[in-house]
Amino acid sequence: MTSPSAPLPADAIEALEEASFLRDTVRAFRKNRMAMVGLAFVLLLVLGAVFAPWISPHDPYRVALDEQLLPASTTYWLGTDNFGRDVLTRILYGARISLVVGIVPSLISLMIGTMMGILSGYLGGRTDFVVMRLADMMIAFPSLLLAMVVMYTLGANLLNIFIALALVGWASVARVVRSQTLALREKEFIEAARANGTARITVMLRHIFPNVVPTLIVLFTLAIPEAIMWESSLSFLGVGVQPPEASWGLLVAKGKEYMFQAPAVAIAPGVAILLTVLAFNFIGDGLRDALDPSMKD
Amino acid sequence: MAETDIILSVQGLTTEFSGDRGDVRVLDDVSFDVGRGRIVGVVGESGSGKSMTALSLMGLVPQPQGRVSARSITLDGQEISRLGPSAMRRIRGRDIAMVFQEPMTSLNPVRRVWEQVGEPLAIHHGLGRRAIRARVLEMFELVGIPEPKTRLDAYPHQLSGGLRQRAMIAMGLICEPKLLIADEPTTALDVTTQSQILRLMRDLRDRVGTSIILITHDLGIIAEMCDEVNVMYAGQLVEQGEVFALFDQPAHPYTRGLLASIPRATEPRAGRRMPSIPGMVPNLAKLPPGCRFNPRCGEVMPVCLRRDPGLTAAGTGSGPGHTARCWLHSPNGGTA
Repeated sequence: MTSPSAPLPADAIEALEEASFLRDTVRAFRKNRMAMVGLAFVLLLVLGAVFAPWISPHDPYRVALDEQLLPASTTYWLGTDNFGRDVLTRILYGARISLVVGIVPSLISLMIGTMMGILSGYLGGRTDFVVMRLADMMIAFPSLLLAMVVMYTLGANLLNIFIALALVGWASVARVVRSQTLALREKEFIEAARANGTARITVMLRHIFPNVVPTLIVLFTLAIPEAIMWESSLSFLGVGVQPPEASWGLLVAKGKEYMFQAPAVAIAPGVAILLTVLAFNFIGDGLRDALDPSMKD
Repeated sequence: MAETDIILSVQGLTTEFSGDRGDVRVLDDVSFDVGRGRIVGVVGESGSGKSMTALSLMGLVPQPQGRVSARSITLDGQEISRLGPSAMRRIRGRDIAMVFQEPMTSLNPVRRVWEQVGEPLAIHHGLGRRAIRARVLEMFELVGIPEPKTRLDAYPHQLSGGLRQRAMIAMGLICEPKLLIADEPTTALDVTTQSQILRLMRDLRDRVGTSIILITHDLGIIAEMCDEVNVMYAGQLVEQGEVFALFDQPAHPYTRGLLASIPRATEPRAGRRMPSIPGMVPNLAKLPPGCRFNPRCGEVMPVCLRRDPGLTAAGTGSGPGHTARCWLHSPNGGTA
């Protein structure tokens, strides 16, 4: 039993004190070691990104043509790139953009997609038709082209990357959420809620949405790496982050030209992406389990 | 029965579904009354329209495929058959509540039990969380949930099937509805739990005075629980009456068939097949002409193949309220 009042002697006041969902969830999450490791890594990364100007050993933009493509050393922990810039410093600065680009558009497309998916699945009929045809259009259209068009017309800056990625991402989220909603709609507890006189909007918010959350968390952890990749594609094509700004995707894209002379230039930011994605996956797993009431005992 | 003693009066309830292959009438001219504080049974095979009757009364028939019409449905004197969706929503959960068949799935798995049980109070009376929690605790005690205080914060999966069904009944009764519709409330439970839940419902009827419509396919439950019975077949009522009259003198061959197919432990089994009604419930889109039961009836007459007999008094010896839809009991017999 999760109720904190369970072992206490019966006391009416005690019973009126409800158990906190948040407290239970946090407790369950903290028991998951991998999730805590992932969380620690992401926190470290966020701190590193925020305090990059103070903690990074070098200037990320300083060009030193006599120090091109150096191997790792005590001065340059991960070596230097083709302009002689410190790779570690560039990665720290790149984290600023890549983390934001990974998280913000994923959240936006998740929110839009969830709303559209639940509305579409629960209301059905004309709403369903309109929303799903819209999603079909988004999915049928080459997404890279769509994102490029957005970036091209609105200009290459961070906000427009968010818009472009959210526009590309919401449709697939909406489809998954819709299919889940369709299955949930037939459940007896939804019928029971309706038999209580629950309004449709309340059914969607209180009964459908909490059941979709575990799926959303999985989708979110998958969307972050995808968004980082998308950003790097856009940057690679020249409509994303503009050099000399650094983002991980851009670093990998530029660094791969020197794969044989100085592999660290491309591999190090690649490893950063990998570790970040892994960390978010662990966090997602932990969250999903912590939020599932049947796993809390 | 005096007019004011009738809590629910249904006249000519008809529900149709439009599908790819034309319209199907799943309920055809169903009429019955529920007296105040009475338990009225609705019995029939799967697909006979029992559950559809409940959903139609609640206004929960899937839209827009389903169409419900009625000459009149009055709930405690108020005409509710022509109410719009939002007016109907205010009645659901407050004046008419429903308990479903599957206690395992009729509670939302990710929400705490007390929040769900108390939800009708939030919807219809706008009570605050503490007030709701206190009331849910009272209801848990009323429906006999042991250790009610610790069960408030439980999730559905932490309760047994019997406890969940008790919680569902608590949810149904929390706004003190005029009518409780229980759709096969014990079908998914094991036998000992079944009898506990049934006893609880009868108990609550005696103490709180709720009128109950009990939908079931189990005539044993009907005999134990109900004051009156409505037997349904293929979307129609085929026999209505007080429970004793109907069990003593079943008038419709279908009712007799149902009664005969209850297995009895006292009868010798050797060499005998268990009696059953031959055939199946007809496809509602392809109903036979005349009486809908005629393909399966052992006493079929020529007239049965031509015309529907309509509900008429079920012969001599039975009470005045006992009616059946059968030519055997029609005043002009098989000559019409």
